[in-house]
Amino acid sequence: MTDRPLTKNIRPGQPPLDLKGYEKAGGYAAVRKALGGMAPKDVTQVIKDSNLRGRGGAGFPTGVKWSLVPIGPDAPRPKYLVVNADEMEPGTFKDRLLLEGDPHQLVEAVIVAAYAIEAETAYIFLRGEYILAAKLLMQAIAEARAAGYLGNNILGSGYNLDLHLHTSAGRYICGEETALLNSLEGKRATPRAKPPFPQISGLWGKPTIVNNVETLSNIPHILVNGPEWFKGLSHTPNGGTKLYGVSGKVKRPGVWELPMGTTVRELLEEHAGGMRDGLKLRGIIPGGASTDFLGEEHLDLQLDFDTVGKAGSRMGTGTMIILDDQTCPVGFVHSLIQFFAHESCGWCTPCREGLPWTEKILAALEAGQGEMADLDRLGKQVKFMAPGMTFCPLAPGAMSPLGSGIKRFREDFERHIREKRCPWR
Amino acid sequence: MATIYIDDKPYEVKDGQNLLQACLSLGLNLSYFCWHPALGSVGACRQCAVKQFKDENDKQGRLVMSCMTPASANIRISIGDAEAKEFRQDVIEHLMTNHPHDCPVCDEGGECHLQDMTVMSGHHDREYRFKKRTHINQDLGPFINHEMNRCIQCYRCVRYYRDYAGGRDFNVFASHDNVYFGRHEPGTLESEFSGNLVEVCPTGVFTDKTQKKHYTRRWDLQVAPSICVHCGLGCNTTPGERYGQLRRIRNRYNGEVNGYFLCDRGRYGYEFVNSAQRVKQVVYRRRDDAGVETVEKAVKGDVLRYLARLLADGATAIGIGSPRASVETNFALRALVGPENYFTGMTALETRLVSSMIEILKTGPARTPSLDEIGDADAVLVLGEDVTNVAPMMALRLRQSVRNEPMAVAHKIGIPDWNDAAVRGAVQTKKGPLFIATPAATKLDEIATSTYNAAPDNLARLGYAVANAIDPEAPTGDRVSAEVRQLAETIATALKGAKKPLVIAGASCANECIIQAAANIVWALCKTEHAAALSFTAPECNSVGAALLGGRSLDEAIQTVRDGRADVVIIAENDLYRRAKRADVDALFEHAKHVVVIDHSPTATTAKAEVTLPAAAFPEGDGTFVNNEGRAQRFIQVYVPEGDVQESWRWLRALRVATGKADVAEWATLDLALASVEEAVPALSGVRNCAPPPAFRALGQKVPRQAHRYSGRTAMRANINVSEPKIQEDPDSPLTFSMEGYRGELPASLLPSFWAPGWNSAQALTRFQEEIGGPLRGGDPGVRLIEPAAGSAPAYFGDAPKVFAVRKNDRLAVSLYHIFGSEELSALSPPLAERIPALYAALSPSDAEALEVANGDTVELRLNGAAWRAPVSVRPDLPRGTVGVPAGLAAAEFLSAPAWISVEKVSAT
Repeated sequence: MTDRPLTKNIRPGQPPLDLKGYEKAGGYAAVRKALGGMAPKDVTQVIKDSNLRGRGGAGFPTGVKWSLVPIGPDAPRPKYLVVNADEMEPGTFKDRLLLEGDPHQLVEAVIVAAYAIEAETAYIFLRGEYILAAKLLMQAIAEARAAGYLGNNILGSGYNLDLHLHTSAGRYICGEETALLNSLEGKRATPRAKPPFPQISGLWGKPTIVNNVETLSNIPHILVNGPEWFKGLSHTPNGGTKLYGVSGKVKRPGVWELPMGTTVRELLEEHAGGMRDGLKLRGIIPGGASTDFLGEEHLDLQLDFDTVGKAGSRMGTGTMIILDDQTCPVGFVHSLIQFFAHESCGWCTPCREGLPWTEKILAALEAGQGEMADLDRLGKQVKFMAPGMTFCPLAPGAMSPLGSGIKRFREDFERHIREKRCPWR
Repeated sequence: MATIYIDDKPYEVKDGQNLLQACLSLGLNLSYFCWHPALGSVGACRQCAVKQFKDENDKQGRLVMSCMTPASANIRISIGDAEAKEFRQDVIEHLMTNHPHDCPVCDEGGECHLQDMTVMSGHHDREYRFKKRTHINQDLGPFINHEMNRCIQCYRCVRYYRDYAGGRDFNVFASHDNVYFGRHEPGTLESEFSGNLVEVCPTGVFTDKTQKKHYTRRWDLQVAPSICVHCGLGCNTTPGERYGQLRRIRNRYNGEVNGYFLCDRGRYGYEFVNSAQRVKQVVYRRRDDAGVETVEKAVKGDVLRYLARLLADGATAIGIGSPRASVETNFALRALVGPENYFTGMTALETRLVSSMIEILKTGPARTPSLDEIGDADAVLVLGEDVTNVAPMMALRLRQSVRNEPMAVAHKIGIPDWNDAAVRGAVQTKKGPLFIATPAATKLDEIATSTYNAAPDNLARLGYAVANAIDPEAPTGDRVSAEVRQLAETIATALKGAKKPLVIAGASCANECIIQAAANIVWALCKTEHAAALSFTAPECNSVGAALLGGRSLDEAIQTVRDGRADVVIIAENDLYRRAKRADVDALFEHAKHVVVIDHSPTATTAKAEVTLPAAAFPEGDGTFVNNEGRAQRFIQVYVPEGDVQESWRWLRALRVATGKADVAEWATLDLALASVEEAVPALSGVRNCAPPPAFRALGQKVPRQAHRYSGRTAMRANINVSEPKIQEDPDSPLTFSMEGYRGELPASLLPSFWAPGWNSAQALTRFQEEIGGPLRGGDPGVRLIEPAAGSAPAYFGDAPKVFAVRKNDRLAVSLYHIFGSEELSALSPPLAERIPALYAALSPSDAEALEVANGDTVELRLNGAAWRAPVSVRPDLPRGTVGVPAGLAAAEFLSAPAWISVEKVSAT
């Protein structure tokens, strides 16, 4: 048994395992186990017991999510499993590693998960720019189908599953699960109101589960090795391993599979090699762009859903972006807000109108045209786009680095206004 | 009912609503944009935020969108909460960041929901200091003006146009703060219901282009409740006038009839009233012995005396009424000439068809539904009607009815009806049963379960087969093909399986068997204890009223004149050339010594009249129409026309007085005229009650036609006379041509338009409804004159017609209808005339092949000596052996039925 289940087959610089290699490394054992006699609800129970939480950022317990899907002969049909592989969060490149490094692992996970919810059809919704991943996934799907892991009567179990790859036309909002479903239906990628949740009325109005790539990739291993093994991989009560990433001006940016609860310090200093020479750490956005800044005082924070939450931020995708002392924090935040303003779907007022206004203020600050009143307005914008005010979490996510950034770097914001310029330029 | 707490006060609200509906139903002020009562909730604009508390001890609460939150029992919310108010103000401030603030030059100004909501929210200081984004506008055709910069992105337009009205050539494009609502390229909007965008849009993105040509602010318009004259459905409208010119038509909500919307014919067909060609003066046409004609304007008194002499004892006068003239006018004509000399103005065939419909509805057990109830049907069969082009608003209702059956999917998983996006997500493209059997393809086919195109007799045969499939005792035709039998079985199963099955038929195919087949189907359903409804379209705005009054047909009138049994012919609001063969009408003019025509618009008939009397068009007078449902509805004078123009019934009354048949006191008011109607014609009993009498007063006051901000009262006529004239008198209604009067709660039939303090746009309607989407307070306008004979079991109509037999040389004419063009009066309106299709003769591919013609080749149609040339349009959906002729556009002989027409290719010379 490995302590790096997700990446054990991944060899940097080498192509991923083909079907034979993957099977030789123990692959498709979970499919055999699940379809070879487990009832769908038993599969769900194992995942529930493992306390696997969604790796897309929200950390919702996966088994609980699955258990909300109607099961049995009276359930609406068809049902769908959708893989959210639309990895577009700024600073996040963890799913890409799994997609390019071990596509069969995902295909196997899809079969097991789809079986657990009795889905007939599964889709992988893939970020359009992940061209290599698309190629590798298509190969893996074709191999799996040829080997009888996909299609009708899989391994003689009587279970049928079709798996389709859909490459996105490219909007960040498609990473939001309901916008993803609309996009998959050929509609505008606008999020849907919940309730109804996708488990009840999802793709084409049918019960649907949308899971992140990393989340799903854990499934075969949990099924084969058991929930207790999974929990034991972690340093904290949030079980399993996690793909952690570091970007920014560090010596060795990258992504690593480490026990859940690895500290910021270990990640930054041991794995990423510390800050580049001459640079000092000023801030950390722990999980993609949509999370609150942490600082030097959080170096010994264990990175998991609960602990980071208690520290006032979110682990999110677990792929941190580092702000150093020679990068303008205002420009840093501006760059993020520019992205979010551009990626707003345009559905709800606070996001559609609030983000561009916010972006224009930050641009003005950077251009030396800021006014002191702008800081109050930025504060109001953070409140205006708080969770619950908007239709979906995009704008509240965008406000996380801004709101925490203003608190943490207020002096930098004020200097831009006082000096009528960006001090870093 | 549930108790909810708003700002700590308990309120009783109806179950199944959302909080926004509940608050508005209670008369509370709460701002909103993306929610629309007919479109439901989507939670996009975030304008309706309120604070929700867990219980009475929760002081913190959290903001929720009232439109997306069920008004469940014991929920506690606050509208006045400081945080909620601030948030609503912030939303407006953000919506306004890119708004051009061009209210002074915006057509929406003064009736703008955005203005109202801005004031309601309290936002006034603008902090945004950056550049506004701008858009390029599109030419959307003759009806609608586009000004995208004003857009606040509420998404109502696209939800209305696509999701509700089924349009496809309009969408939302791009994303973030650059979203754009329009067409993929500039061009005329294709939907027959595009004009509703003007009222759906909460600001001035979509405005009325016809009104723009003679623009007037809402508060400067004089208005009165009116009824649309452009089809038989009787949609309620609010015409607006200034300076004697009709400026626009707006929807007037009637929960039972048109609800929130109008069709484009009804909204934009009004300009005929403003035409320079209008008949506005008494015209006398003299012909000397040499046959030379002189036309002169005559003095009203002289002409009345002249006509009185003509009508003096000894001379026989006959009257020809009209299905587009009011009940009062037709009745007054009948009273003038005597019932034995009165003719309906409809052809024998049309009289028979409409009378047959009324007879079926009166003697049979099936109820005729209101337009609103048509939207509730869950399985529909359309037999012979191109609903979109004949009764457009019925088509808009049918587009909603197909949602009823699949809605069960959403109900099953607990989605409330108002949660629009979720309902549509769950239902997807599923449609309930709708079967369409018509001579040629129709626009509604796109939402139909299945369609069947055949010659009229074969449509009737399908109907008989359906009735037979429901009840084997119902007769069916001989030699019914397996295909038709199978289709009939499918339809019968769907109708039987429905809670509210509906059959729609009408006079469009000019085929009585179709009407009888429709009756057999619903009677078979009723017999097997299904609550089946039967709706007939009516050809014109008062076809049913004219038929209820009764009288002989136009054919008989022509014969009477030909036989020399009439000296004077009086025609009220009827262009005989649109109905009867040219040769026959010519013969009438030849044989009649004197022809008097009363009409408001010039027609081929007025052109030949000896005396033409100028009649009031609908906004210039009062009267009553009876719609296809048998609902009598009053239209009230909007403005007093100039000169001698007056209601046709007033002209006829004047003739009665002039001839000494009545004294001046008779019918001095509309109400007195209606009293006579009710006394003389029991079938019309009830017409008097469709609006309160002229003596009605609310707290001692009349009802003002003018807004309290109506400007220029003392200045409007100052170039003529600086003295302010006396207010014009209105003997016919409790309305007054004034700004002063009662503005509170009124009987709905007297409400000129909807306005409430703080609510200047069409959205003020919520203040007048018993509940959101429900009836107007005190009941929706109109009195139903036709009710079924509950529990009756009439004998089925006899055998079905024989299979349609193709003839070797001649082809059967079938009328093809056009929303723009087939109706007489709207076709006279220039903006609408732009949309009238070019003439054509439609042939099936096999007929075209037989005649060796292709699209665009010219053919000549010949019938009884009349000839008409038109380019060929080859239509694969048209049955073999028929020729499709555009209704209202081709000469009447080719539209009479059954017309077997010789069609020949015209060789290019």
